[in-house]
Amino acid sequence: MDTASIIAFGYVIASGLFIFGLKLLGSPATARKGNMISAVGMLIAVCVALLDQGIVDYTWIAGGMIAGGLIGAIAARVVAMTSMPEMVALFNGFGGAASLLVGWAALTPDSSTFTLITIVLSILIGGVTLTGSLVAYGKLSEVLGSGAVNFSGQQIVNSLVILGVVAGAVLFCMNPADPTFLYVVIGLALLFGVMAVIPIGGADMPVVISLLNSYSGLAACAAGFAINNNVLIVAGSLVGASGIILTQIMCKAMNRSLSNVLFSGFASVSNEVTEIDGEVKPISADDAYYILEAATNVAIVPGYGMAVAQAQHVVKELTELMEANGAEVNFGIHPVAGRMPGHMNVLLAEADVPYDQLLEMDEINPRMANVDVAIIIGANDVVNPAAREVESSPIYGMPVINVSDARTVLVLKRSMASGFAGIENPLFYKENTRMIFGDAKETLGHLVREFGD
Amino acid sequence: MNGAEFLLFILMLSVFLGFELINKVPATLHTPLMSGANAISGITVVGAVALAGAGDPTTSKILGAAAVGLAMINVVGGYMVTDRMLGFFKKKEG
Repeated sequence: MDTASIIAFGYVIASGLFIFGLKLLGSPATARKGNMISAVGMLIAVCVALLDQGIVDYTWIAGGMIAGGLIGAIAARVVAMTSMPEMVALFNGFGGAASLLVGWAALTPDSSTFTLITIVLSILIGGVTLTGSLVAYGKLSEVLGSGAVNFSGQQIVNSLVILGVVAGAVLFCMNPADPTFLYVVIGLALLFGVMAVIPIGGADMPVVISLLNSYSGLAACAAGFAINNNVLIVAGSLVGASGIILTQIMCKAMNRSLSNVLFSGFASVSNEVTEIDGEVKPISADDAYYILEAATNVAIVPGYGMAVAQAQHVVKELTELMEANGAEVNFGIHPVAGRMPGHMNVLLAEADVPYDQLLEMDEINPRMANVDVAIIIGANDVVNPAAREVESSPIYGMPVINVSDARTVLVLKRSMASGFAGIENPLFYKENTRMIFGDAKETLGHLVREFGD
Repeated sequence: MNGAEFLLFILMLSVFLGFELINKVPATLHTPLMSGANAISGITVVGAVALAGAGDPTTSKILGAAAVGLAMINVVGGYMVTDRMLGFFKKKEG
């Protein structure tokens, strides 16, 4: 067998392992094995790629591999689970950058028009993925403000950038020998990534991260066309498809279309003040303890605030104490709770909460009427009854966890400030709601001590 | 079938396969799925090595070497962090 066939054969095996690995990733019991299998596929793909006859000098390859591998390994080891969204965003950006560079490097004087188009696509998608992910990283890690950035004329500027990209791409395909247009396309693609993500607020980040994840796959796919490599196409399109599905799930969970998320912040939708009857009833952690001690069925609904307060471990402690006290405790997880899909599940898994105790929204809602106490930890919009009751509310129609069906609702909250979306939450004024103000971690710690005594 | 058509054929099949595979993933695994998929998108490294291994240090070689480094961060970091996360997922005992 000659080298070319060995390489091709290796790519076939690698593709098969990626597919099988992704299939196993679909169930919690086999997911870890699936990830391992997919990693073996990657190892095989890289090993056979090194056999390529065109490679005469391994020093630069080794340098890139060692440097990149070390950085990746260290980052993966030290990152806290609460910072997972920004880590994924950052890795994503690097993947996009790699595809941009491969597309660029694949350019030869005798590239066909088809190849030129795929080169432009990999540069475009890769560039947008790179800077878009970097902005998302900045927003998630609070290096940049997490709010939506809007300015007048934004739509016009964006339209001009898009027109510029298209014009640059066409001119480049017509004059591939002139690098000017190539640089224009690269520059505008990078600019467009920034422009596309700055108007999107922190609460919409689950959608953005899913979409960027998809882009990084599509960029690899386009690079595969540019260098005529089928394993890039298979792997890239698998990732592209998975990102698009997650994006859809996130949009559905917010009852918004993708274009609504991408092109309009919440702020532009609502300025009207809704009348809310009732008053806020704050109680102390001591009083909350007596309520919880008497409860036999408890539902905990976590949100981004739990991640910010790093409260997942103390939540687990409290859960164990309540269970020892004879209560049934479940978690209700909204699909867009947190800053990326499944963010809460990872945090609670880290704190040793078994995954079968984490119920999806559709599972927990029918049970809510039997719940004695629903504890809301740092969640706001995902439990806002205005989504069901107030037709003028910007989030009207969004599926939420119906915590107000529970007998008592305990809301752990820093202050009365409204949630990220800036929408008033009538839940706080309901007859059966009690507010416990203060840091969620401290409040929970207090409850744990009370149970301990 | 010439090269381009063959590649498009592969693309079409993989996209459908991807949709079928991912559609059934439960919400609890969405973060690991995303970071695991992310690691796979680092497959670009395969294309980058051939470019970085060229004889003369041309622009293409420099770009290729940079791409190898960036893609490796994506690959190694992505797989390791996914494994770390999945290690936390436990079923309730008993």
